[in-house]
Amino acid sequence: MDVLWETDAPLTVREVSARLTERNLAHTTVMTVLDRLAKKGFAKRQRDGRAWRYCPAATRETYVTELMLTALDQTGDRTAALTRFAQSVSGVEAEVLRDALEMLEGDGGGDEGSG
Amino acid sequence: MKGLADAALLAALAMGSVLGASALVQASWTRRSPAAAILLWQALGLAGGLAAVGTLVSLGLPGDHLGVAHSLLHLGAVFPGAAFRFPAAFGTVNALPALLLVFRLTCLAAGLALLASLCWVLIAASTAALQARRRQRALLALLAHGDPKVPGALVVDYPTAAAYCLPGLRSRIVVLSVGTLELLGRGELAAVLAHERAHLRERHDLVLLPFTALRRAFPRSGMCAESHRAVALLIEMLADDRALRGRPTRELVSALVRFGTAGTCPAPAGALAAGEGDMAARVSRLLQPVRPLPATASAAVCLAAGLLVAATVALLIV
Repeated sequence: MDVLWETDAPLTVREVSARLTERNLAHTTVMTVLDRLAKKGFAKRQRDGRAWRYCPAATRETYVTELMLTALDQTGDRTAALTRFAQSVSGVEAEVLRDALEMLEGDGGGDEGSG
Repeated sequence: MKGLADAALLAALAMGSVLGASALVQASWTRRSPAAAILLWQALGLAGGLAAVGTLVSLGLPGDHLGVAHSLLHLGAVFPGAAFRFPAAFGTVNALPALLLVFRLTCLAAGLALLASLCWVLIAASTAALQARRRQRALLALLAHGDPKVPGALVVDYPTAAAYCLPGLRSRIVVLSVGTLELLGRGELAAVLAHERAHLRERHDLVLLPFTALRRAFPRSGMCAESHRAVALLIEMLADDRALRGRPTRELVSALVRFGTAGTCPAPAGALAAGEGDMAARVSRLLQPVRPLPATASAAVCLAAGLLVAATVALLIV
């Protein structure tokens, strides 16, 4: 998929294999993977003579955004699909939390963490 | 008049569950033993739902029969064919039997409809969760990569802090954003991972699922929203406790605080109100540790939960 994202023009299976030199994958393996990507809707394909040419259905950023919006519960549909570590807070509660952290670092030496 | 007595007892149990739930929302002991409190929540939910269905159904069944569950399985015997001859019933001088029959059939239908809708929302919520997870997995397979800083977790190139887990039977995944790796130090990351793995190991998602389903089914019900929020908070506290095992408190606390105040994702107004104060509650609970409930007290809570469910089931069967 990364190969498809990195290229502007639609690629054939052979072209994708050629760009995956370091992986040394069989032609049929690449074909299967691309076929599966197309079936799942992540890649679009069009006929070019006897071969298929593949291109991404959406940009990488689009998918990252979709993934993370669900993760941050911004999509509006409230499913119990995943459990988040913490929500983001604002206003008074954020102040309270910052005070708590300062207190903690004050008496703990403050060697931990980055920032 | 066994039917009426059953209905009255079941109605009392249903009302009791609702009152118990509203008391439990306010209770402060829950944060001392989240696990016992979660068990009690589940018992209240299960008993409340069963008792509400049972009340309607037992009102709908003529008395002097065996329990609600038994009568439901033998509806033909409970309502003999003759009872359904409406014209004949209306033809009699006394219209009372016909009215009674209509009342009973209405109650029975309402009870069965309630049962069906409760089952339906549970199935719908599970399906929605499974679909969302499947989509997440497919996207993660394309986008995520590993990182030596967080062994065993998947990392997504996204600047905002995000950490969550995808539970499942076959694959259990902890996902972190690059923003999280930049925000937190090594110890803090370990605390986050331990917290998320506790969620995965103990299948906290399944605990929350019925409450999510109820909230989806009755979006305007304050009670459903409150109980969902209470259980969600208890689950987080439980995972916080697990994450603390063999690890300094300050790592988890500073991870929580940094995470919560990173403030790069302004949540929509509705979502924010849902969790208002919960983060502060978690942090203050970690900073000023409360003693867990004594063993006898938590045993009593578990016993109460068991008795509540057992009483409801017994009323339905006997």
